[in-house]
Amino acid sequence: MSLLPERFQNWFTKRGWQAHPHQLALLERREDPATLLIAPTGGGKTLAGFLPTLVELAERPHEGMHTLYISPLKALAADIKRNLHAPVEELGLDIRIEDRTGDTKQAARQRQRRDPPHILLTTPESLALLLSYEDAPRIFAGLRRVVVDEIHALAESKRGDQLMLCLSRLQTLSPGLSRIGLSATVDNPPQLAEYLAPGMAKIVKADPGPKADIRLLETVEAPPWAGSGGRHAARAVMEEIRKADTTLVFINTRATAELFFQELWALNPENLPIALHHGSLSREAREKVEQAMVAGDLKAIVCTGSLDLGIDWGDVDLVIQIGAPKNIKRLVQRIGRAGHRYNTPSRALLVPANRFEVVECRAALEAVNAGDLDRTVKNDGPLDVLCQHIMLRACSGPFYAEDLFAEILNTGPYQNHTKPVLNQALDFCATGGYALRAYDRWQRLVERDGKWQLRDPRTARALRMNIGTIIQAETLSVRMRGRGGKPLGEVEEDFAATLVPGDTFLIGGQTVRYEGLREMTIEVSKQPSKQPKIAVFGGYRMSTSLELSHRVVDILSTPTRWKNLPAHTADWLELQRQISTLPQPGGLLSEAFWRADRAYLCLYSFAGRNANQTLGLLLTRRMEEAGLNPTGFVANDYALLVWGLDLVKDIRPLITPEGLRDGLETWLAENAVMKRTFRASATIAGLIERNLPGRRKTGRQATFSSDILYDTLRKYDPDHLMLRITKEEAARGLVDFERIEEMLSRAKNTTHILAPHVTPLAAPLLLEMGRVPIKGAAADTALEEEATRMMQEAGLA
Amino acid sequence: MFRFCIIMTSTNFQLQDARLTARGSGALWWEDARLLCVSDLHLGKSERLARRGGTLLPPYDTRETLARLDSELSELNPQTVICLGDSFDDSLAAEHIDETDRLQITNMMAGRRWFWVEGNHDPGDLGLGGTAVQELERGPLTFRHIAQSNAGAGEISGHFHPKIGVPTRAGHITRPCFVYDTRRLILPAYGAYTGGLSANDPALNTLFGNDACCILTGSKTSTIPLSARLSA
Repeated sequence: MSLLPERFQNWFTKRGWQAHPHQLALLERREDPATLLIAPTGGGKTLAGFLPTLVELAERPHEGMHTLYISPLKALAADIKRNLHAPVEELGLDIRIEDRTGDTKQAARQRQRRDPPHILLTTPESLALLLSYEDAPRIFAGLRRVVVDEIHALAESKRGDQLMLCLSRLQTLSPGLSRIGLSATVDNPPQLAEYLAPGMAKIVKADPGPKADIRLLETVEAPPWAGSGGRHAARAVMEEIRKADTTLVFINTRATAELFFQELWALNPENLPIALHHGSLSREAREKVEQAMVAGDLKAIVCTGSLDLGIDWGDVDLVIQIGAPKNIKRLVQRIGRAGHRYNTPSRALLVPANRFEVVECRAALEAVNAGDLDRTVKNDGPLDVLCQHIMLRACSGPFYAEDLFAEILNTGPYQNHTKPVLNQALDFCATGGYALRAYDRWQRLVERDGKWQLRDPRTARALRMNIGTIIQAETLSVRMRGRGGKPLGEVEEDFAATLVPGDTFLIGGQTVRYEGLREMTIEVSKQPSKQPKIAVFGGYRMSTSLELSHRVVDILSTPTRWKNLPAHTADWLELQRQISTLPQPGGLLSEAFWRADRAYLCLYSFAGRNANQTLGLLLTRRMEEAGLNPTGFVANDYALLVWGLDLVKDIRPLITPEGLRDGLETWLAENAVMKRTFRASATIAGLIERNLPGRRKTGRQATFSSDILYDTLRKYDPDHLMLRITKEEAARGLVDFERIEEMLSRAKNTTHILAPHVTPLAAPLLLEMGRVPIKGAAADTALEEEATRMMQEAGLA
Repeated sequence: MFRFCIIMTSTNFQLQDARLTARGSGALWWEDARLLCVSDLHLGKSERLARRGGTLLPPYDTRETLARLDSELSELNPQTVICLGDSFDDSLAAEHIDETDRLQITNMMAGRRWFWVEGNHDPGDLGLGGTAVQELERGPLTFRHIAQSNAGAGEISGHFHPKIGVPTRAGHITRPCFVYDTRRLILPAYGAYTGGLSANDPALNTLFGNDACCILTGSKTSTIPLSARLSA
């Protein structure tokens, strides 16, 4: 029997479509409590998610909200609304569909609370806000289904953890609720299903579609030894753009995107419409690019991760990845942006930006062809998110701790937490959780008749302002000088602080001149001819994934596989084999050599940039203790290069695991990484109020650095919950403990080569940016130098 | 990282006829008068925020600030101490102060002349002993909380919590600072939980002449001109 009601069958037929098996499978399972659908991009995933709802609403009318759709992107919610419009209209369904995001007007929001639509399309943050209102039980009464789109992406961040807590709350408000998760291909579907609904979710897998056609772009000029800009390939990339219909050019950082965009335009005499899209551009600028793309007006877009997710652009027929993709899953996703039609193979080109990346791109290509994805490590849900959830729960009304805990323990990410931990989180929310009980009179939450509630209900407003788990670096907007100056984008405050009038930088593909700061806005003027002094905003750099690193070592250690590499790269590796030796899987290679009057140590850990950076700090500290006089180091994804006054003849005592771990503890506590992590977690947990655009510091001396709180807690309350959260966060994130541990496990198989001179593999590291000088008092010394110079310049010395 | 346990340097300078020392801690030392001046202690700040339903910050700011002040007192042994206003985050904070902290303040005051200059946060007598004053004159110097644009030469004030950022080889460094020229001096905030206002902000830099300098606090004090290529 056909599952599709006749009306739907006819609609499909009229369109010349046929329902995909996975779409029917979801319809068949519409009574199941939870289903996870895994389907490639363009596989009709969204329609599959909505089909059960449309059929149910066609069968019988529903009072109030029937289905809630959650997407990580506001734009996606709006796009889905447009896309659902056609089937609903043509099927003659009487359904109200509305979206609700941060951009929705106040009047519409109020109406949505009073009279909810049948289908509400929203984001995790907007849902958390809705649930914090006292009338949440009424808004969500009778809710039948939640559809979570791009759940693989949400599950990788705290937004997903917050969303799962919200789903559990919804389940209490509407016990019959069923959940659908829509995901791209992932390495471990059962793990994701468990995340969506522990013990309940079944998995449906769609046909993965044809294999992608993916190649390395061969360029006339060999890639440089170091760098990440891909400049050498601009001409070849331009040629590919000309040949294709529409191309997406992905590049890893905003700064390199700006530079590469300029390179392309310099080679574009015919003025092909090529646009730029990244997270630092103003919303207006980004929306303009997206609209032009939808209208089919663009030949190519140079973009960063800002377009990893998003609206389907069926016309993209080529994806070019500049620089190593660092992560296989992300590459697959980006490739999927081309040929967004089912059964059309995606076409993709990889462009290595330097010699090491040739090997990494080759490794990534093989991984994609083998269908091998990076392993997802899913940790227990973070406590800062939980604290925010508890405060928001209190905003919606009094609750029993037992009920709250039951809801929390019913979520995928938090099911393994223990009652004592939950109690600590509740105590933190109520009293601050300090060893010194100073605030008993001023608790934020109080227990009355067994129920927890806000001491002062007026604080709900401030708490709602703090919703969300995305903590961005503080940014300042950039505008053209003059009345009604055009907004160009945003730069991070740290970057802005280094600007001096007259400095030039790139933003939105043009070079601008910094004129001054006015009411927290950076004013710039056009500077068409001058080369930019600085190539913009730093940003977080992703590390190469463990799986990809393994594949890179595999290629390096197996000369028979070099035939797949371009000749220049194979020759380079052959030379390395003659002068030194090649890194081996399961082992560790280090080299020591002199160059000019400096002694170098190169350690090929393949542990990723973040781990190598951490390792650099630890190793140089041990070298210092051993009297080896290190003076600096630099790290990339593959290796660590340290230099100093003395040659390291024996590396083993320097990399014994025990000593390194001890050093890690002490070093970590005082590190800037920890302070940054503390700021983010403390903001999420509600200890620090978020600096919202609109109500940020207005030049008054109200705000102070969160570093002070961190130092104070370390000194007076070292066991405080926030410090524990910070330690856990840093360990799993920026510092990459796991990778260091993995590397240390290989340390007993260390090969240490005393090379006659710089080795071929080490040479690129000498050119690497981001050197870290080792000087305990580096800051004071540098400050003193600069101060002296400035006083002299000013004639005051 | 805890300022009082490291040896700090200081910078000497002159205001009118007085030879003054800017301490790395943010305190001002006038050796000839054996006078120590600190500004904007904001004691009880975390308590005030909690009382008003704001976030529950670690309630250790008062003891941290007092500990820092105490170590300056032991090292310099001043005869006179001037707290230059906003010593408490508000009058209630002075009332609610912890018994231990109150006792420590009393101990620090013992055997010294102690002046509480009124600030905008803490008007009136705080009931802690010492002398509450609007402003105070000592030799060529006048101590008051908020700088007056038409003040005579030799004015010393606080209120603004000045800080300054300097781009250096080791990255951008921002520190609380003293700002002075030939006529006046503004002190950095001494309290633990105090933010800062850029010395380049018009509210601040318009009070100074072209020869103004900033002395950056910290383990090593440094002096830079106010009107150079600065940012915050």
